Order: sequence, then C-alpha cells, then structure tokens
Amino acid sequence: MALLDASSVNKSYGGVTALRDVSFELRGGEVHALVGENGAGKSTLVGIFAGRVPPDSGVISIDGVPVTDHAPSSARAHGVHAIYQQPALFPDLSVAENIALSLESQSPLAPVNWRRRRLQARDLLARAAASIDPERTVSSLSIAEQQLVAIATAVGARARVLILDEPTACLSAPEIDALFALVGELRGQGAGIIYISHKLDELPRIADRVTVLRDGRRVETREMAAAPAAELIRLMVGRELSAIFPKQDVAPGATAVEGRGLGCRRTGLHDVDFTIRAGEILGVAGLIGSGRTALAQTLFGLEPAEAGQILLGGRAVAIDAPATARALGIAYVPEDRGRCGVIGAMSVAENVTLTDLASVSSRGFVNREREDRVAEHSCERLGIKTRGVRAAVSELSGGNQQKVAVAKWLSRGARVMILDEPTQGVDVGAKAEIHRLVSEMAADGLAVMLISSDLPEVLGMSDRVAVMAGGTIVGTMNRGDATPEKILSMSLGGMRQAGTS
Amino acid sequence: MKPVLLALTALAILLAVVAPGFYSPGNLRELALNNVAALLAAVAVTLVILCGEIDISIGSQLAVCSVIVGELARAGVPAWGLLPIAAAAGAGLGAVNGVLVSGWRIPSIVATLATMAIFRDGLRWATGGAWVQDLPAGFQWFGLGQRAGPVAVFSLTAVIVAVLAWSLRHLTAGRALYATGSNSEAARLLGLRPQRLVFGAFTAAGALVGIAACLNAVRFVEVPANAGLGLEMKAIAAAVIGGAAITGGRGTVAGTVAGVALLGAIGTALTFLHVDASWEKAIQGAIILAAVAGPAVAPSFARSVRAAR
Repeated sequence: MALLDASSVNKSYGGVTALRDVSFELRGGEVHALVGENGAGKSTLVGIFAGRVPPDSGVISIDGVPVTDHAPSSARAHGVHAIYQQPALFPDLSVAENIALSLESQSPLAPVNWRRRRLQARDLLARAAASIDPERTVSSLSIAEQQLVAIATAVGARARVLILDEPTACLSAPEIDALFALVGELRGQGAGIIYISHKLDELPRIADRVTVLRDGRRVETREMAAAPAAELIRLMVGRELSAIFPKQDVAPGATAVEGRGLGCRRTGLHDVDFTIRAGEILGVAGLIGSGRTALAQTLFGLEPAEAGQILLGGRAVAIDAPATARALGIAYVPEDRGRCGVIGAMSVAENVTLTDLASVSSRGFVNREREDRVAEHSCERLGIKTRGVRAAVSELSGGNQQKVAVAKWLSRGARVMILDEPTQGVDVGAKAEIHRLVSEMAADGLAVMLISSDLPEVLGMSDRVAVMAGGTIVGTMNRGDATPEKILSMSLGGMRQAGTS
Repeated sequence: MKPVLLALTALAILLAVVAPGFYSPGNLRELALNNVAALLAAVAVTLVILCGEIDISIGSQLAVCSVIVGELARAGVPAWGLLPIAAAAGAGLGAVNGVLVSGWRIPSIVATLATMAIFRDGLRWATGGAWVQDLPAGFQWFGLGQRAGPVAVFSLTAVIVAVLAWSLRHLTAGRALYATGSNSEAARLLGLRPQRLVFGAFTAAGALVGIAACLNAVRFVEVPANAGLGLEMKAIAAAVIGGAAITGGRGTVAGTVAGVALLGAIGTALTFLHVDASWEKAIQGAIILAAVAGPAVAPSFARSVRAAR
C-alpha cells in the first residue's frame, strides 16, 4: 500500500487552473522527485499534501485512510512535514526553541524544560551535520542555516512524509552531501520523501522515481534510472506553440538600451551584457531566482547597478532611483500586479495618469477632465474593458488590470518597456490582447524587455531570447534558433555551474 | 547590558551625586506607590505587544474598573472581594477587544481606538462624571491602615509581575505568545492557534488593568470618574523603552519594569535636579526615540564618526 496517495486532485485560483486531475503516489522508503517548469503546479501539489492549500476536489489518503481535514495541524499529525525554500521559522526566537516548538505538544500551562530543549537541538543539529549554536536567534542565521534548522526539526519529528522544496538551492556542496546522507537515512527508516528540484543532475544521486508536471497536469511517472535529464526536459516543456502570439515583423532601429557588465551584489546580479534595439523584443527566460527580476530592478533603479554601465541611445547614464529611470523614458511593469503594478483602490483614470501627473495638472491641481480624456484614450487604444474610467481598478479582471499597468507608462511615451511576467494569472483572451499590445509597442519603436516563465510566450513574442541563470545571462539566441529544450537546458545548466561554487 | 538599564543606572548615579535627597525613604515610597498602576498597565500592554498587537484602551478600562470597584465597595462588598471582581471586570473589557481583533479581524489600533472612546464615554454617560464618594472606612488600603496597606499593595504588585515574568519565559503558553508575535503564519502552520492566543492576551491584559484599577483606587478616599487619562501612552512607552518590539515577538517583563522605573523616576528627578517640570514630556519623548532608534542608528552613526576621523 502506498504511504501517501493522491487521486484526481484539482485546484484553481480564481479561474486560473493550477492542478488538473493530478494523481500521485508516494511509497514508504522512496525518494520521489517532482519536476516541472515554473508554474507547473509543484508547489500547489505539495501545499495540498502539507495541508496549507485546500484542494477543490480529489482524495488524499495516507496509509489508505482518506484525509478529510485539510489543515496544517492535521497533516502534521499524519506525519507530513514540509520544508520550503524560505523556511517558516520564528525569527525572534532561538534555534533550540524553534525546533522545540515544532516537536513539543504539551499543555499551555506546562513549564518549558530549557535544558532538554538545548540538548535536543544540539543532537538534531549534529545529525543534520549543521554546526549551529542552539542559542542563536534565528534572525541572525543565513537562509542556508535556516534550512538546516528546518531539516533538523523534520528529523526530530520523525516525519513519515517529508517534502523538500528546492532544499539545495542555497546550500554549498558539503551541506548538500550531508543533506543527501540524511535523506538516505530517513528513507532507510521507511519514510517517503518528495523532492522538488530544478537541479536535474542531482536527481539520479538521490531519487528512486520521478514525476513530471506540466501546466498543472501529471505528464508521467518513471523510475529515475529510466529518465535521463534530456528526456525529463523534453517532458517538462512539451507544449504546443499556439498561434496566439502575433509578433509583427519590425525592422529594428538603432540600439535603444545596452547593458555592459552590470552587477549588483545585493541581488547577486553579475556580468550582464545585453542590447535591445528600438522596435525589438528581447525575451528573458530563466528559472525563478535566476536574476531576471533583479536585472529589471537594476535597469529601473530599484537596485542600482554597482558594477558596469547602462547606455541609453548610446549615452552612458547613471540610474540610481526609479525617478531617474522614469525621467529617462524607462517603463517597468512589475510582476505581482496586485502588489506593485496597479493601485486597486484608485480609479482607472488615476492609475493611468499616475506616472505623469504633470501633464494633466496645472499649478499643482489635477485637471479631472484632462485626466478623463487621457484615460479614455488609453482604454480605447488598449481595449481596456471597464464600466468607466472612474471605476476602481480592483473591479477589473486580471487581464484588464495588467493593461492599466501598461497604459500608465504608454501615456507618457516611454522608450524602453520592461515587462515582468505580464500574462501571469490572466485568461487566454486577455493574454492574446496583451501580446497584441506588446507587439504594437515594439512596432511603434519601443525597445521591449519581456521577462516570462511561459516558454511559448517567450518563443512566440521575442526577436531574441536571453537565458538567465545564477544571476547572469548564460546565452542569447535568435528567434529562429531558440527551442524550449535549448532554453530549459541552458537555464538548468547555468544553475548547475553557479550552484556548485 | 540593555540600553534601558544603562540609562537607569546613569540616572541613579547622577541623582546620588547631585541630589541624594531623592533616595529618602519617603520619596522612594511615594514614587513606587504612584507607579503601581502604570507598572501593571505596562506589563499588561507588553502581553498584547508581544503577540504583535496594541491596546490603547487600557486607560479607559482602568477608569471603568475604578468606578466599578468604588460603587461595589459603597454597596457593601467587603474589601477582600474587590480585587477578584476588578480583575473579572477588566477581563471582560479586554475580552471585548479580543473579540474585535481576533474574531472580527479589526486591526487592533482601530479596534482599541474605538473601545477607548466607548469605554470612557460610556462611563461618563453612566456616572454623569460624578466621583464615587462616601466610601466605607474599610475601603482605603483595604482597611489595613496607612502602614500595612501600602506594603500589601506593593507586595501584591511585585508578586503578580514576578509570576508573569516567569510565565512568559518558562510556560508553554508564554512561549506560544512570543511565537505568534514573531511569525503568526508559521505559528498557524504549527497549529498554535494565533487568534486564540491574541484573544487570551487582550483578556489577560484587561484583567491586569482591572487589578491595577483596584490597587490604585484604594490609595484614596474617593474614586475619580476620569482615572487613567493618558495611561496607555505611558504604558506603551515603558514597554518600548524596555526593549519590546512593536511588531511583536520581542520584549520582556523585566525590560518593561525597567522602562516604568525610568519613566517614573524622570519626573521626580527633574524636580530634584531643578529642571523645569514642563520638560518632562519632551524628555520622555526623547527617551522613547533613543530606545527605538538608538540600536538602529548607533552603528551607522559610529561608522560615520570613524569615517570622519
């Protein structure tokens, strides 16, 4: 009997499907790898196992008994233990106490045995091969050390199902060896381990079986030995290139923006070279955390470059703040539209004119009629569906909100447009419209940087594709040469080089 | 050593040199008794701050509980019965805040801003602003007299504060409070039920304020209808000066006690040091800023001083 069995699990977030009819089986004493592109549904699936995300439908059974109560506490009671990339710890408390809080379950009025907590922490940390003083406050630990504390906790909890989400992303080589030894030990004791990783080359070292997810569906489950990396990559990307990407052919003009050796210590960006010509779309592909957003933030002055040079129209410029970037004609539509892209409580008109209030104001007062006219023009041009320019942006659909985020920059005539995941979480119709819009912007002579995890989108829209990994661009391809397999193997390969340092 | 202890020590030494009169038994006794209510209120608000919330209604809670204590004493409730009743009344008021914050999910600053006004104006409506007078002889100092009464009040306060300090450090429930304030989402994932802990913290804080109201009221022969004005600010200031993080998860009862001592001593010390008393609030404000900004600003300030050299 399977230790953990999921059948026909479905989950969608507000119309966007994250998991469709996924079945998954974990045996006791196996390490089961889970792979897939960004957004394939890996995190949602393990979130459901850990009780963090309630499924819309489907049955999860542990030891053959269906789980009815989808809550973190009941998952833990069943011995399911999850460790995420950013461990959920208590920053103000000591390491020993963090471990103890997960393991102890005593009445609220029971006194704490600090000595036992300390000894227990020391013992578990030693088993996780972590040399961390149990008395240290967690906020003083690095992410890697925090990860080790979380792993030590899982060992102490005698987890039967252990979920590791990209555990080696920030560990060094000896730490990875120690982690693998520990995982092997737990497997020997009969635990089942679900192992999410983008480092395909490390999977044969540790995994027994592998399941590939793509677009929220399970593609295949195989024995690890029968799944070479090239085959896994093919399974991960095998998506049809649909005809909804209408990039018009534009004869590119002069170089609009150029980066030479850009670097920023804080975000890990280093040695980035690229050029985008007027009328050109440069697609930027790469895994989450590969430096794509960091590059956008550097160009827009949010994380100013500490090394290298940015040239706009051939002239070197110093971009030290978003206001400077804006004045130079650089526009940035960030990912996470809800938090950074638009201001939901404000009206469409207010959002559209936000980047250029001066043009609709006189003597410090906003002229509402002029603002309405600018907004109406934008809505017409971009096909924004709203009941009026004075409607709150939060009433609009995701796709229309995204168009507002773009409109606010178009209304002030930008020269360089940076789009970070512009179609994430929007429906197919709105996606096609956004693609049409981006294509038109390029036709108007804008230089566009299109950051996206959606490989068909990158391949369909871009004149050239740059692939990022480990904080730098590891390769650039022309539209004709780029294939999903090439892009993915470059992203994964580059990460391998950076990860072992 | 903690900054607040450093400041307290510095003040103590300054007073010992410049104004030894500050250390007369009479002055110290007066100082301690004047700050009993502030001490309990500050410890109460520390509980709430630790789990990442705030309670600015405690001054109003104190006023309501004081009048309840007075009215019950006049109605013939014996002195020994007043304290538990005051605690229960305070717990009830605190529970109202707890329901608003953890049940209705109203941000605590807004919820307690509302109850601050409602409690105080509700009291004004009920009493017409009249003080409670004609209290029975056994009311003042619980009938223990001018000598034993203050000793009893102060000892009881000390015991309560000590028990709380120990509980927060050594009881499972106390640690759960820190965990909730430090990372409420992680606490939820562990099954610690943060909402219930927040409710508990508000209720316990209310009970403490009720006790504070009772211990404060018995010092006098009348109960004012407007007690505790501005108490919440003094209590929050003491907690923050004592090292409590306003975002939750960090702080100790001992720190808060030191904060109360520093704020309490400053006022009297100014008189002894012949500084105009109108500076008191400004100096308290400066201490708050130093306590909060000091640790953040000091390293970069030290760097720039080194760089300038």
